[in-house]
Order: sequence, then structure tokens, then C-alpha cells
Amino acid sequence: MNAFSTTASSTIPYASDERGLIPPAVQTRKTGARRRLALGRAIPFGALIGPILLLVIWSIGSIAGVIDPRTLPAPWSVVGTAVDLIAEGKLQEHLMTSAWRAAQGLVFGILIGTILALISGLSRLGEAIIDGPVQIKRAIPTLALIPLLMLWFGIGEGMKVTTIALAVLIPIYIQTHSSLRSIDSRYVELAQTLRMGYGEFIRQVILPGALPGFFLGLRFAVTYAWLSLVVVEQVNATSGIGYMIDLARNYGQTDVVIVGLVVYALLGLASDGIVRLFQERSLSWRRTLAD
Amino acid sequence: MASHLGGLSGAPVVRVESLVRRFGPRTVLDGLSLDIEKGEFVALLGRSGSGKSTLLRALADLDDKVSGSGRLETPDKKSVVFQDARLLPWKRVLENVVLGLDLPDAAERGRVALEEVGLSGRETAWPVELSGGEQQRVALARSLVRDPDLLLADEPFGALDALTRLRMHDLLRQLCARHQPAVLLVTHDVDEAVTLADRVLVLDNGAIAADIVIDVPRPRDHGDRRFGEIRSELLRHLGLDTKPLLPI
Ligand SMILES: Nc1ncnc2c1ncn2[C@@H]1O[C@H](COP(=O)(O)OP(=O)(O)OP(=O)(O)O)[C@@H](O)[C@H]1O
Ligand SMILES: [Mg+2]
Repeated sequence: MNAFSTTASSTIPYASDERGLIPPAVQTRKTGARRRLALGRAIPFGALIGPILLLVIWSIGSIAGVIDPRTLPAPWSVVGTAVDLIAEGKLQEHLMTSAWRAAQGLVFGILIGTILALISGLSRLGEAIIDGPVQIKRAIPTLALIPLLMLWFGIGEGMKVTTIALAVLIPIYIQTHSSLRSIDSRYVELAQTLRMGYGEFIRQVILPGALPGFFLGLRFAVTYAWLSLVVVEQVNATSGIGYMIDLARNYGQTDVVIVGLVVYALLGLASDGIVRLFQERSLSWRRTLAD
Repeated sequence: MASHLGGLSGAPVVRVESLVRRFGPRTVLDGLSLDIEKGEFVALLGRSGSGKSTLLRALADLDDKVSGSGRLETPDKKSVVFQDARLLPWKRVLENVVLGLDLPDAAERGRVALEEVGLSGRETAWPVELSGGEQQRVALARSLVRDPDLLLADEPFGALDALTRLRMHDLLRQLCARHQPAVLLVTHDVDEAVTLADRVLVLDNGAIAADIVIDVPRPRDHGDRRFGEIRSELLRHLGLDTKPLLPI
């Protein structure tokens, strides 16, 4: 009986193969489905193609004289301006000032946002006290608070860092808090049956469980930090990339304005990249799912 | 019914007296009493909704929000195996096994436990990288590494395929023979209960409706005559007739 069934099962595909009927039909159906649903292979360095194309159009436009240099200077003159600015040491100086402001605002915002999220996520009383004010703060755009912050803190660094920190803490708080609260209650039960202490429960279950939300918040936070930086630097400042741009606008130096914008773009991309790197490292238990 | 308790030495590890548990107006456990001896393997059967999980959660101290009364005595060292493996996805396999284990040689014990369930070499895998059966074995290792006096399991093999289930039965028997915890295994599967347990209980109407000592010699064979008798008796208690529905 057994021997019969093995021979039978091994002869069937062979026979159909010979007749050339079943396997080809199966195969076409498989590849057909794949073609329809998947995007196909990724283009190497595909993300660069769009920007390079823009750059080429820009260069050609400048050479052909279609683009007025007062509207948009040629790419090489922007590069030249950037080199000059670096040689004079101005660009680095403004960049450092801006980066330092953003970093301080980010650190304070992240710390405060995380602590508030933990307090309000882990205790009912904390939530009652903290969640309302944060939601109210969230409803007021941070930039609308600038006049009030100027009255309170003057126009110095304190006001700028506070504005950035206030913008940053909102996404950190919202995402971390909601991720804390959505930790599966089954894990809480597990911790209880394993007789974990409160501290250990926080460390092993709550914090890692809230990490995906925290990182999501962090990516928003970084964007918000640059956004508020741009605004506070253009409102009133005597240094920083935003100030450099504003000053250049006064003198009609389009090339300097563009250098400033490129720097903002690079800063934004770089910081998002760093956050993503950290995110992938810390959430590798999830990435295995996506692989 | 309780005659088998008399002869054994020592106090039972689990002692439940007139346990009542209510959900709103519904009394799920209604004056239930139960003893489990040291090292005894007890299986709990019952219709869906009869309150098996409710009883198990009471024994596991997981029901502080449920209203009720009664006397409950359980050992301090007890472990729970849930129907889902319930591994923390952000901890590697070995970390999951020794989770909350505050001992200097925790890692070493964890490795030994993983070896016992046939998973040595997978210590650094993430839970998502394991199959369902493997995850459940990690959960078993996590329970046994604590050397519990009482192992509570709520349909631990419910989500596994038939073949893996049979393998897990052997594994569970072996592990229980070695570690000697008292076991309360909740299951829907009458054969599973009769194969594994020293004693099978049927929960009905909030109390123990049947309490049957399984006197089939091991290794137990489903074709054994006594096995068949016990199975029929249990099915009768569960409200199922074993007579064929259609004349053959
Ligand atoms: N948290 C709860 N809130 C309200 N009712 C509940 C709750 N938990 C259980 N019940 C009710 O108690 C009864 C017993 O539930 P329990 O989960 O103990 O059944 P069970 O015997 O484990 O069933 P199953 O075999 O399907 O798992 C059910 O009628 C259920 O609806
Ligand atoms: Mg249940």
C-alpha cells in the first residue's frame, strides 16, 4: 500500500510533465500574478534620479539664458557662493548656531515630552493632570505662541530654544503616550504571572513596548524642530542660517538664499536619516517581520 | 469521589473551597471546591463558557477585578502557559525564557530549559522567527525554568496542528515527570486529557461535575479498552452521546 502510493505520487508529475500539460499552466499563472501585484525590482539609487534631473534642467536653463540669474542663479554660482561663505567662515558659524539651537530644543523637548508621556501613561492621576494641558497646547500652533514667548523670555536664545522645545514635545508626547496605552494587556498579565516588580515591568515591558511610538514621534519632532527654527531665526536673530537667509533677502542675494535653503534641506534629510538608523537598530525585532 | 486524596502524604498544593466568581448577574463559578496534590497532573474539561478559564485565572491570581468569594490556597511558585505563547516580541528567545527571573545563573538555567524543549541554538532568535509550535515550546521553557510547584495551562496546544500537538504531549509529560510540578491543564480535547492526566475533572454549572482518576497504565493507547470507557464516560458528562448519530 505504502509502496504503491509513493510510486503513484512520483509518477503523476512525471507523466504530466511528459504531456507538457499541467506544469506550464501552473507556471504561467504564478508569474502572471507576481507581475501584477509587485512593483518589480528597486532601481539602484532611484531616489537620486529625480533631484539629478531637476539639477540638469536647472543647469541647462541657466546656460541657455532661459532662467534669469536674479531669479535663480546657476548651480555653479550657488556652489561658488557656498565656497566663498565657507572660506570666510560665515556658513559654519551660522550653521553651528542653528544646529546648537535645534539640538537644545530637541533635547529639552524630547526629555519633557517623554517624561510627561510616561507620567500620564502610567498613572490615572498623571493623565488627569497632564493630558488636558498638552491637548490644549497641541491645539495652539507653536508659532502662534511666539509673541507671548517673546514677552516672557525676550528675544534671546531662551525664547528660541523654548519655542523649539514646545513644538518638539507635542509629537513625542502624543505618540509615546498612545503607544504606551496600546501595549497589549496580555503582556501586563504575563508580567504579573512572572511576578515582575514594578521597575522591571517598566523596563522590560512598558519602555520597549512604547519605543515604536516614541520613534514615530521623534521623526515628527525633528521635522518640527527645523520648522520652528526657521521661523524663530527669521523673526529676530543676529545669527543662524535663518538670519543669513533673511539678511541676503534684504540685499537681493538670491544665491545666498539658495545656499541657506540647501543647508536646511541637508540638515533635515541628515537628521531624519539618523533617527531612522536608530529606529531600525532599536526595532530590529520588528524589522525581521518586514524582511 | 475524594477517596484518592486520603492515602497521599502531605497537604495538597492547591486547595479551593466554595469558590464563587460572578460576571455581572452571571455566576460562572458557584461554590466550586477542588484539591490538587503535589506533583499531580489534573486535566480540566468543560463546555465552552463553562468557566474553565475563569477558574484558572483565579488560581493564577489574575482575577482581582472579578467579584466573588471563597477560599483559595495556591503555592507561591506557579507558572502559567497561555493559549498564545505570549512571548515579548522585543526580547530574544533566551531573554523571554528568563524574563523576570532574578537569579545569578538565570542565563544558564534558561539555556538548559531551552535545551529541554529542543530549542538549543535558537537562543538569540526573535520570537517572530519561530513557528507556532516553537513559540509554545519557548513558553513552556519559560514556565519550567522557574521550577514551579504549580503549572497552570489554558489550552496551551489549542492553536497547534494535530501532529505538533502529539509531539507537545510527549514533551509535556517528560518535562512534568522531571520537574514534578502539580499541573492543571485546561483542554477541550478529551483524548488529550485522558492521555496526559492522572485525574480528569469536568466543570459544569459552576462546579466540578465529574472527578475521574485515570487508571490506564502508561504509555496510554487510545485503542485501549479502559481508555475507551473513560472517554465515553467523560463525553457523557460533557453532554455528548457516543452512540453514532446515524445508523451505519
Ligand atoms: N471578563 C469577562 N467579563 C464578562 N464575562 C466574562 C468575562 N470573562 C468570562 N466571562 C463569562 O464567563 C463565562 C465563562 O468564561 P470562561 O472564559 O471561563 O469559559 P471557558 O470555560 O474557558 O470557555 P472556553 O472553553 O470557550 O475557553 C462565559 O460565559 C463568559 O462569557
Ligand atoms: Mg477558556
